[in-house]
Amino acid sequence: MAEKVLMKGNEAIAEAAIKAGCRHYFGYPITPQTEIAAYMAKRMPKIGGTFLQAESEVSAINMVYGVAGAGFRVMTSSSSPGVSLKQEGISYIAGADLPALIVNVQRGGPGLGGIQPSQSDYFQATKGGGHGEYHLIVLAPASVQEMADLTIKAFDLADQYHVPTMLLADGTMGQMMEPVELPDTPPAEVEKPWAVRGTEGKRPHNIINSLYLDPELLEKTNFERFERYAKIEENECMSESFMMEDAEYCVVAFGIAARVAKNAVVAARKAGLKVGLIRPITLWPFPKKVLAEAAEQVKGFLSVELSMGQMIEDIKLATACKKPVELCCRTGGMIPTPEQVLESIEKLAKENQ
Amino acid sequence: MAGSSLSAMAKRIYLLAGHYGSGKTNIAVNLALKLKSEGKAVRIADLDIVNPYFRTKDSAKVLEEAGIELISPAFANTNVDLPALPAAVYSIVQQRDFYAVMDIGGDDRGAYALGRYAPAILEENNYEMCYVANFYRPLTPTPQDALEIMQEVEQAAGIPFTAIIHNSNLGNSTDAKAVEATFEKANELAALSGLPILYTAVRADLADKISAENILPLHLQEKYYDIEE
Repeated sequence: MAEKVLMKGNEAIAEAAIKAGCRHYFGYPITPQTEIAAYMAKRMPKIGGTFLQAESEVSAINMVYGVAGAGFRVMTSSSSPGVSLKQEGISYIAGADLPALIVNVQRGGPGLGGIQPSQSDYFQATKGGGHGEYHLIVLAPASVQEMADLTIKAFDLADQYHVPTMLLADGTMGQMMEPVELPDTPPAEVEKPWAVRGTEGKRPHNIINSLYLDPELLEKTNFERFERYAKIEENECMSESFMMEDAEYCVVAFGIAARVAKNAVVAARKAGLKVGLIRPITLWPFPKKVLAEAAEQVKGFLSVELSMGQMIEDIKLATACKKPVELCCRTGGMIPTPEQVLESIEKLAKENQ
Repeated sequence: MAGSSLSAMAKRIYLLAGHYGSGKTNIAVNLALKLKSEGKAVRIADLDIVNPYFRTKDSAKVLEEAGIELISPAFANTNVDLPALPAAVYSIVQQRDFYAVMDIGGDDRGAYALGRYAPAILEENNYEMCYVANFYRPLTPTPQDALEIMQEVEQAAGIPFTAIIHNSNLGNSTDAKAVEATFEKANELAALSGLPILYTAVRADLADKISAENILPLHLQEKYYDIEE
């Protein structure tokens, strides 16, 4: 492994993308993710890459569409309001079955909201976001090291399954600094015979498109895409289980909320409560199996979120509502404290003995 | 304790500038506390127009308890990103019966904010312009990289650096070995720039484990998301 460096989460995303072979970044600045663009602006010219600050988010995502069609690793990044602007382009990229990375370092919403951290774009990220039926593979890091590792993973998964992927972080994850080790192994070479790079007169030309004149063909394309989604759900679920072996209660949280929740779980254990944590790392595909198994073991769940309760719906679906699922949340840029989470755990335990 | 052997701070204004994420805010707060502990009247001003989170204002309680006046943008730590500086910052250059620490934003972009106060600071000529360096940051791994940013920052700020504060660290996983491994780079930066190393800043619990001159022990804020390993 390479040497350790001290990085902001946003910088770790940018450097990891470069390590993954991404040489094309298109974006538009917005707090709290601007360090990604700033870092790319400094690094890309030194390594023969392209950094381009587009005139808008809409423009940036369509540049991503173009480069993805040419078969090169490409990304954009933004924060909540900017990611909303990108949705049309993301739908086109999904419809054209192209690999690309979109990073959302979430801030408070709706509307212009605020610059403080949030997880309230969960529905947008995991249920499609734009028009039409599609999924992004959504990865939710909970440390600066994971910001780097999952960025690389996101590029690999995008290439493997021909889907756009999203790294869903929040403002705190983007701004906090932690030591990181970045791999010094070169990125995997991926053959992309479908890419639009010029035929040199040697083959019929490729077409990148999301428009189907024949509805039957569009249906067939959607069926084929959903077969791939089924494979992704089968093979790519990731989660971390913490102190779950003998747990009677299960906290579910991702990203920054999971860090707070972890401290609360440790505190609850010290107070004699058998509590564990399941941290989804992929939000789509959601780690349904792990939660369904937990539902056989525990007496209740607590979803900790920086939103009014969005992931809680997926927990209820995954567990078929077999056990009560309660919510502990803050919104608008606020973060639950470990004490607030601990209180919610104690309440859950008291009500479900 | 290594910190107690430090001599009293000689200048009236301490300016903390440097590359992005080098640790300026933590050092600014600790220097303000040190000035206060020397029995001086102290003000600290947050001039960071770049960074949205993790501001001087996060230490508001500690500073208030110590009796240090905090001058912070009205919108710091709120939901708007409005890089406007309060008029009260002028009190630092205008009222010379106070000692002061100015926490300046990272890189040249952050340092532009100092420009409007630079003429008054230069005229009074009772300041230390400190370059905070951390060789574990990704864009300043070498003394040459750090020197390049130093030159960009002083050009933007309009005030040449007069000293280096060496702050190499890896966040929570810093140990004495990690700090000592960067001493050679710090010395080389000092040689290249012709500036003295005013302090070697280290987390307080490491102060006794590291042998260097002028160790500044840093008391850092615990954060709600720090995980005990």
